[in-house]
Amino acid sequence: MLLRYLFILLIIIPIKAFALIEVDITRGNLNPLPVAVSPLSIDNESKENFKKILKQEDLGSEISIVVENNLRQSGLFNPLDKNAFLQEPDVANLKPRFEDWNLIKAQALVTGKVTFVDEKLRVEFRLWDVLAGKEMMALAFTTVPSNWRRVGHIITDKVYERLTGEKGYFDTRIIYVSEEGPKTKRIKKLAIMDQDGFNNKYLTLGNELVLTPRFSPTNQMVTYLSYFRNLPRVYLLDIETGMQEVVGDFPGMTFAPRFSPDGKKIIMSFAKDGNSDIYTMDLENRIVERITNHPSIDTSPSYSPDGKQITFNSDRSGYQQIYVMDSNGKNVKRISFGNGLYGTPVWSPRGDLIAFTKLHKGKFYIGVMRTDGKGERLLTENFYQEAPSWSPNGRVLIFYRETKTNSKGEGFSAKLWSIDLTGYNEKMVETETDASDPSWSSLLSD
Amino acid sequence: MNLSKNLKNGFLILMACLVLTACATKKTSTTSGQMQGDTYTGTDTVKELAKGVPDRVFFATNETVLTTASRETLRKQAGWLRKNSDINVVLEGHADERGTREYNLALGERRANSAKDYLMTYGISSDRISVLSYGKERPVDSGSSPLAWSKNRRSVTVKAN
Repeated sequence: MLLRYLFILLIIIPIKAFALIEVDITRGNLNPLPVAVSPLSIDNESKENFKKILKQEDLGSEISIVVENNLRQSGLFNPLDKNAFLQEPDVANLKPRFEDWNLIKAQALVTGKVTFVDEKLRVEFRLWDVLAGKEMMALAFTTVPSNWRRVGHIITDKVYERLTGEKGYFDTRIIYVSEEGPKTKRIKKLAIMDQDGFNNKYLTLGNELVLTPRFSPTNQMVTYLSYFRNLPRVYLLDIETGMQEVVGDFPGMTFAPRFSPDGKKIIMSFAKDGNSDIYTMDLENRIVERITNHPSIDTSPSYSPDGKQITFNSDRSGYQQIYVMDSNGKNVKRISFGNGLYGTPVWSPRGDLIAFTKLHKGKFYIGVMRTDGKGERLLTENFYQEAPSWSPNGRVLIFYRETKTNSKGEGFSAKLWSIDLTGYNEKMVETETDASDPSWSSLLSD
Repeated sequence: MNLSKNLKNGFLILMACLVLTACATKKTSTTSGQMQGDTYTGTDTVKELAKGVPDRVFFATNETVLTTASRETLRKQAGWLRKNSDINVVLEGHADERGTREYNLALGERRANSAKDYLMTYGISSDRISVLSYGKERPVDSGSSPLAWSKNRRSVTVKAN
């Protein structure tokens, strides 16, 4: 069992709405909000129990570190140094001395308590508005102890949502392709990890080339391209059971798969006799439908979140450009008209933007444009980068970047990077091995 | 379908002629004697299927059109295949690293098929030829230079049995 779908009981204690602190996530945040994440308090008996089960010295402190790192990574918050905290965690959780927290310039405060109850992990937390001296939110969760990192992610999602007004993206996973070995003979494996890089697992052994994994909106299924038996075909993998099956077993190559927003269909390219067109397959009845019929290359299809439209990549104008069409293949319109070549269009989960890769004058860019092609904005430039994937709230893009080799062909590496839609907060996402083709899951507990 | 395929082949040959005449006027763009335009013309990576029968053909950036040299190579391969009717081949199509992964998979498939189409015009049955695109996944040269990229834009004929 690779991934366990955990039961998180969400007991909402009280929720009071005071919209006093707010974080604006629509512009690059050069002044991240100072926030204090107090270690969650834990009684000695619970501490001993978790130490035995999880090998964690102080689970309360560890969970708070998960929250703190998430908040820092988002670029919107500045978690303050715990050494400056004056109040003990257990007292703070009951009633913060706001003047103490104010003194260290915290504007928001997170406190909480961890207990071991009936072999389970119970976590409660509170979010406080320091300036107003008020509680903004209080929640409690009960789950299996091994889920403790997820609890930290869920707390972050709740804090993020309360302070920004938008859903978070912390209780999520990234599926990607792990890469090792020389550039001419790369070994590639499917791998999955938490959004913050923890709990990394390999899903294939590396015996065959695998590419472009993509999550289903339901999170349990992944579609990807495998060269099993040297037949490049689209596969479906259940990450919970490890069961795999071929779905694109046509007499030719199937590739570039993605799920429809309802998870019921896979849309992909099918190449035969030198021509690639876009097809869908209904996963229930296996009915295949042809969506494009053009002698050019049509690939990289991606549905709009309402499922009514599809964006895709085609060279029907002579070079790679981005197009939009109705989901039945009608009303094909080219939307990219800037200088250079455009590829890998991906529709934002919010519906208003399409992220893409652009090649212009020997440089690669990750950018976004509106769905009519207007308002093109390039977020980052590099020697080589491509394949953006959206965070479920549509605020962050993850993609991969490859380095230029030296004159001897040495020094190649591929890494995952993320950047905010604002163009700020660009950073490398740590992975055990080299990595490419990231795909972001939707929120696991939504 | 057949008519359109013939038209396509005719078109490819016509395009090749156009590209050639275009190249003839700008010989100065040849780099280090191993490229014409940006198509690889060297022999560094080339292996032989049999004596005097090179195993691969090279393409210009974003192109799937066969050059004169490529057609000559493929005619040799066709001759060898006619003499060895028990041999089947896989045409492995590749792209360089300067393109998005999925588009390059399609491009590799198209390159291998333009080689396949040409072999078929010399009487090799399509039953004997299968096509496999690796996109940019299997470069032969790990360099990040125009010369390295030119070696990687290729269709390689490999014995299947």
